[in-house]
Amino acid sequence: MSKMRARKATKEAHAYTPGLKVKRSIKVLKTRTLPIPGEVVVEKGNSVEYDTIVARATAPGNPTIIKASDLLNILPENLPPFILKKEGEQVKKGEIIAKYTPFWGLIKRFVYSPVDGIIESISDETGQIIVREPPIPVEINAYIPGNVVEVLPSRGVIIETNAAYIQGIFGVGGERHGKLIVAADSNDDILTEKEVPPDYKGKIIVGGSLVTFEALKRAEEIGVKGIIVGGVQGVDINNFLGYEIGVAITGHEDINTTIIVTEGFGKMSMSKSVYDLLKEFEGYEVSINGTTQIRAGVIRPEIIIPHSEGALETEEDELTGGMKPGTLIRIIREPYFGKIGTVVSLPVQLEKVESGSSVRVVEVQLDEGRVTVPRANVEIIEK
Amino acid sequence: MESKEILWKKSEEVLPKLVKPIEEFEYILVTDVGSTTTKARLFKNIDGDWRYVVSGEAPTTVEAPYENVIMGVQNAIREIEDLTGLEIISDEGKIIKPHSKSRGVDFYCTTSSAGGGLQMMVAGVIKTMTVESANRAALGAGAIVMDAVAVDDGRPDYEKIQRVRNLRPDMILLAGGTDGGTTELVMQIAEIIAVSDPKARLGADYKLPLVFAGNKLVRPSIKKLMEDKFALTMVDNLRPVLEVEDTEPARRAIHELFMEHVMSHAPGYPELMKWTDLDIMPTPAGEGMAMQLIASVEKKNLLGVGLGGATTNVYSVFDGRFVRSVSANLGMSYSICNVLKEAGIRNIMRWIPFNMEENILVDSLRNKMIRPTTIPQTLKSLMVEHAVAREALRLGLKHHKTIATRLKGAKLAQRMLGDVMESRLKETYIEMMKIGIIAGTGGLLSHAPLRVQSLMILTDAFQPEGITKMYQDSVFMMPHLGVLSTAFPEIAWNIFEKDCLVRLGTVVAPAGTAKPSEPVINVKLHLQDETIFEREIKFNEIVRIPLAEKMTCKAVLEPKSNFDLGGGLGKKVETTIEGGVVGVIIDARGRPLTLPEEDEERRRILLNWFKSVELYPEESLSKL
Repeated sequence: MSKMRARKATKEAHAYTPGLKVKRSIKVLKTRTLPIPGEVVVEKGNSVEYDTIVARATAPGNPTIIKASDLLNILPENLPPFILKKEGEQVKKGEIIAKYTPFWGLIKRFVYSPVDGIIESISDETGQIIVREPPIPVEINAYIPGNVVEVLPSRGVIIETNAAYIQGIFGVGGERHGKLIVAADSNDDILTEKEVPPDYKGKIIVGGSLVTFEALKRAEEIGVKGIIVGGVQGVDINNFLGYEIGVAITGHEDINTTIIVTEGFGKMSMSKSVYDLLKEFEGYEVSINGTTQIRAGVIRPEIIIPHSEGALETEEDELTGGMKPGTLIRIIREPYFGKIGTVVSLPVQLEKVESGSSVRVVEVQLDEGRVTVPRANVEIIEK
Repeated sequence: MESKEILWKKSEEVLPKLVKPIEEFEYILVTDVGSTTTKARLFKNIDGDWRYVVSGEAPTTVEAPYENVIMGVQNAIREIEDLTGLEIISDEGKIIKPHSKSRGVDFYCTTSSAGGGLQMMVAGVIKTMTVESANRAALGAGAIVMDAVAVDDGRPDYEKIQRVRNLRPDMILLAGGTDGGTTELVMQIAEIIAVSDPKARLGADYKLPLVFAGNKLVRPSIKKLMEDKFALTMVDNLRPVLEVEDTEPARRAIHELFMEHVMSHAPGYPELMKWTDLDIMPTPAGEGMAMQLIASVEKKNLLGVGLGGATTNVYSVFDGRFVRSVSANLGMSYSICNVLKEAGIRNIMRWIPFNMEENILVDSLRNKMIRPTTIPQTLKSLMVEHAVAREALRLGLKHHKTIATRLKGAKLAQRMLGDVMESRLKETYIEMMKIGIIAGTGGLLSHAPLRVQSLMILTDAFQPEGITKMYQDSVFMMPHLGVLSTAFPEIAWNIFEKDCLVRLGTVVAPAGTAKPSEPVINVKLHLQDETIFEREIKFNEIVRIPLAEKMTCKAVLEPKSNFDLGGGLGKKVETTIEGGVVGVIIDARGRPLTLPEEDEERRRILLNWFKSVELYPEESLSKL
């Protein structure tokens, strides 16, 4: 990237929260890599499906520490003669690996291996024996259907597909795929348990402005794979997970239903453009991932709907776009939270807002009139 | 107890080869590469007087799509170029040095916390002894301690192994045993680390640095066990005997490894390391240096805090001993919900002077978490953030007190009897009555619309006792001045005093409690123009008396018999009090500060306090 371009981008990134992507048809590239080096099992040019394994590796097995000298009731330095196995030797669960039978066998003490594995080390300093369990296979799937466009040796692949692509603001739960069902009649509807019938099992369902706690529970019970909704109450997420999220780093929750929130916490109508796009692709197989990380290197949850309909949009470089009069924006903080409007002007001078702070502001035209809000409190609606 | 005051010593190895004599320096440039923003500060020598000139800021570019920290640094510097007309970056994109013919600067250094800063795991034998010392050493070096693993930490071995395997730290500090003491237990914990085979955060392609600072008898065994798996460094034992804690060798090793192994693997840092005239310092270490600078110049015990979006760093310099604690998940944006989680909703609600439903509060904090760059537009929104800040600071100090502790395991005979009796009651040696300065920094404090708001947030959270001076920084540059002070302490202090420190004022807070409306203290202040402020202050009152910055006044303070101002219960104190942009606060709300349980009454009292010190505009408060 050229110096000038990067510079322009950074100055603008200062002024507002970048908008979340809502794209009808773009080229999506997904990098799929192993956590540790391994073997890539597909080739460049291969076409892959959601569950195709693209790379695999073996992670070292879990080690188990056995306090052998304590169990034999001897000093660590006296341990070696009583070990029946050598380092590197295989052992079975329950197999005797050390024994101490003083006083002509009147006292018998044994150390059994608690697991299947290999003797990794025997220490006469600590009196510990370490048994390493067999290696753990690690596999990574394609997550989206498409073509392998690049192989990253020993690490993974890059997969390309044409798809609709939508980013949420917050999510919980990891990668899943399933058929898209729009359960809400409008983007304002509240998704209650009544709107989650048993035949939604395995599906990814779309709600409107809010999903109730009961609907979340019901969805999980019947095996719904994912819920996409405008808003959710913070206390309901806590109750659903069984604990409180303190820091917005998610994706590893032990839940069977991934949740993607598109607007925020509380009752918030799903943005019309997101709702309409999901409605258009109802019945399609979609991939979703609730993983969210809100720090430098932001990761937002995503919805990918692979399809081959319509012309590909040329994805405007989001780093060079900016806010100007006429830009469609969403206000993302009180007192106008959730309102959508158009930028009227971007005054250069700082202005004092009700809190007493002097800040850079933006003048916005809403349906109900013109308002002034801090620039930090709006985000561009990307189309 | 042995203590070390200096983190990064000004030594021949550290001191740079200057491009020209310091007296001829004209410009110094310092940056802080933060996790979100890179902040550049330019300093100028004006006829021998070093002053802050201007700031330039740009988003940090350590993450994709840029993945090169240099770009953010260049962008921040270019903002300075735009504002001053001084050309600093050459056509090749490098810093021009030395300054000559209106181009370039004479000196450049930086701190860094990008990409999460320095993240460490510490381990040792006994949780309350060697592990506690290792923890202090890592924190003092500017690290975030991800976990502290001890033989006796209550977790079964398999759980420890699982934890170590999954951590992915930047570095491990392993301590354990006094010199000549246990070897078996040290090797037990070492074996746990070795079999867990943890990988470095910035990639599995290089060896994870490990510093061993334990019993020197086990060094050969540690070498045998660890050498192939880790980038091993051995330093002097940080607890050579139980009565002594010497964290300095470990801290230095951490710093060297931070440069050699961690920074050199972060995107763009190898280039940045070539640019700097001093080693890159972790941001919190720089901030800590600045806090130490204040304490040493003012010759007072100090409690400092950096309240950030993700973390809260608390620093104390108490009787010459410097300690830093970091609450990695207490912050005002990314981690705001963790404050809610740890403090509990009732503790946050207690600082809010208007009626608000709990679930509305929860959702508003969650929305701040997911959109962390938004700012309060309404007064109510601001008050909610200030309420959270009080709790984040309170929890940060509570955590700090668990780090700033007396050495455990030391022989009782070496302590005074009174000390022993006292330590039964309190683990920490931090006594608020003996803290002379409280200094705050961080976005929320510096962006508070009124300075009195940051003073009151610090006061309510830390509850100073006796007479305490309150400071904050005007422009965020404590890390910058901290790293600069390692080479040029006089220059750093000159800028600090003249352009960075804002003297908020002095808080006079008698410790004790009474019934409502009972007298607490008689105050007589000889103000400017022969004016005398004289009043009896009653319990639960808080009074603000204007006294400008850099002004002082003579004070005669007579606490009632159940209140102590530092001299003992009921003892009169005659002293000189310094003013500030807020003035003098007489806080007769008692210690510990308590609020009524009943909501209406609590809100009424809060509003009284807020009005009394003009915390928010009166007309806005009346509309709540």
